[in-house]
Amino acid sequence: MTQLWIISGYLALLLMLGLFAGRLFRGTTKDYMLASHSIGPFLLLMSLFGTTMTAFALVGSTGQAFKSGIGVYGMLASSSGIIHSLCFFVLGIRLWNLGRTHGYTTQIQFFRDRLESDRFGLLLFPVLVGLVIPYLLIGVMASGSVINGITQGRVVEGQVVDPTFSEGTFPSFLEQGTQGFAVDGSKGGLPRQLASLVICSVVLIYVFLGGMRGTAWANAFQTIVFMILGVVTFFVIAGKLGGQDSLLANLQSIAQHVPQEKLTRAGLSKLLFASYLLVPLSVGMFPHLFQHWLTARSASSFKLPVVLHPVFIMIVWVPCVLIGIWATSDLIQIPPSVRANPNVILPFMVKRLAGPVLGGFLSAGILAAIMSSLDSQFLCLGTMFTEDIAVHYGGKDQFTDRQVVLMARCFIVVIVALTYFFSLFDPRGVFTLGVWCFSGFASLFPLIFAAIYWKRLTKAGAYASVLAAIGTWGYLFYQSGYAAIEPFTVHFDLGGATYHVMPVMIMFLSSLAAMVIVSLFTHPPSDETLQKFFPDPPTSS
Amino acid sequence: MSRIIFVLVLLLIILHQDNWFWTDSQLVFGFMPIGLFYHACLSVSAALVWWLAVCIAWPKLDGPNLSKGATGPEQESPLPSAATQSGRHA
Repeated sequence: MTQLWIISGYLALLLMLGLFAGRLFRGTTKDYMLASHSIGPFLLLMSLFGTTMTAFALVGSTGQAFKSGIGVYGMLASSSGIIHSLCFFVLGIRLWNLGRTHGYTTQIQFFRDRLESDRFGLLLFPVLVGLVIPYLLIGVMASGSVINGITQGRVVEGQVVDPTFSEGTFPSFLEQGTQGFAVDGSKGGLPRQLASLVICSVVLIYVFLGGMRGTAWANAFQTIVFMILGVVTFFVIAGKLGGQDSLLANLQSIAQHVPQEKLTRAGLSKLLFASYLLVPLSVGMFPHLFQHWLTARSASSFKLPVVLHPVFIMIVWVPCVLIGIWATSDLIQIPPSVRANPNVILPFMVKRLAGPVLGGFLSAGILAAIMSSLDSQFLCLGTMFTEDIAVHYGGKDQFTDRQVVLMARCFIVVIVALTYFFSLFDPRGVFTLGVWCFSGFASLFPLIFAAIYWKRLTKAGAYASVLAAIGTWGYLFYQSGYAAIEPFTVHFDLGGATYHVMPVMIMFLSSLAAMVIVSLFTHPPSDETLQKFFPDPPTSS
Repeated sequence: MSRIIFVLVLLLIILHQDNWFWTDSQLVFGFMPIGLFYHACLSVSAALVWWLAVCIAWPKLDGPNLSKGATGPEQESPLPSAATQSGRHA
């Protein structure tokens, strides 16, 4: 129960932050959606990092390291350190500049203008929303799993011992589980579905009230919380698991107990590893990052995020990966129910080894990482529905600022409700779902890159790119049994050997090829558009 | 992006594929698997490369005087005016 009180206190603190941000709200759409372009370097660093680090980074990385060893760091963390900053540098700054110059709030506004095509928005809109929804689901499901994991009792010979809530506190379908809905049961903890509902409600309230400013502040606060508590978790778990006098002795002692195969990438295909490098390109097309980029006060605000993002990733991921491989050692017994669901390895380790008070704080840290992504995504989808559909088709002159903000808030409520509803069903692995979602966005990277740097990109080429990306994504997702096959790879035979690559490589190449070929065979954009997006380079004075 | 930054980023991407530590299970400092240690160093190297990029290859922007200040075309006043509050969305 101690953990639950600490988590509740943390959530109350977030609500207060949201209320405070709400008091500073200026009443305009630009303020609600882009914080009036007032975000400086530090807040931009923290909000960009907090937004990109999700349940996937903490819960998923620990679980994946538990399953397959240290390879997960190279697959997604060190690659992200290179590629994310690359995206900030080559896309973020340019898009910020275009957004400020031409008044964009969403990606679709930019593409409609750049491609001289109003209808292109109708194609891109459902694709972006469809890809953000699973991303949201990752956070909502993981937050519920974390709270449930930290509050549930121990299962001894089929009986729940030392539960937080006695049997009968909640409806039996939540406590016992039902096929297809609440499958896992609550095991004496706060049921996952109720925990997710609480998290959704808290995020909804501070996004609803504070808009982008509340989101940026909450992200910065939560990023500080999860980074500090993540490091503390690492030291505490090392101390408990190692049982030695010094930190180094603890670390060395634990490492001796980790199975050899978890210390290497022996079971991982080299080509598969290389193909993972494409996954972080997804950052270039995340609509919520586009919106965060536009909040920057100046281009110089990007300098700090570009430089420090790789180091921040390392600070968060290295401890998580080490904790994941430590869980495979014979120093700790992992129950079959936890072993079957790697998403709960981190909360399980925290609960077992950190004690109730620290366990509560550390769980709050994990939730901070999750919520710092959820808020941006909710706000972004609300903004897209408002700007790209309602205002765009309703007519800009038909609404006052106040009405537009109200509309965005209503859309956010609907999106939160829908996401929560979908999260109630049988959960997939956080890591697997995340990779599918990121792969979809990464396959659209050629489009955003070409839109900024390639004059020859045409409307037809852009259509071809998006259709090729979603076509291959849909086909491969279907082939994977809707993410039921883990891990799903595409294999081909060459010279008598079989090679495996991640689906993202097929999607990316299809999208790129379709875009280039169709663009070269169709009519180029007008001179007016080219002059608008590719003006003569500024002369240095 | 300047040529040197382009080359350095390309080098980082090539170094990311560390086939040489693939099955090496030795522990750096007695606790850190060498494959993980190598990639952590790669993260630090990436930060250094991006620091260099910020110093020597910062992009020249085409927008109207936006590279240094916060004076965008739709820059708003610190407090909402009555006209803004009741005005039409634009």
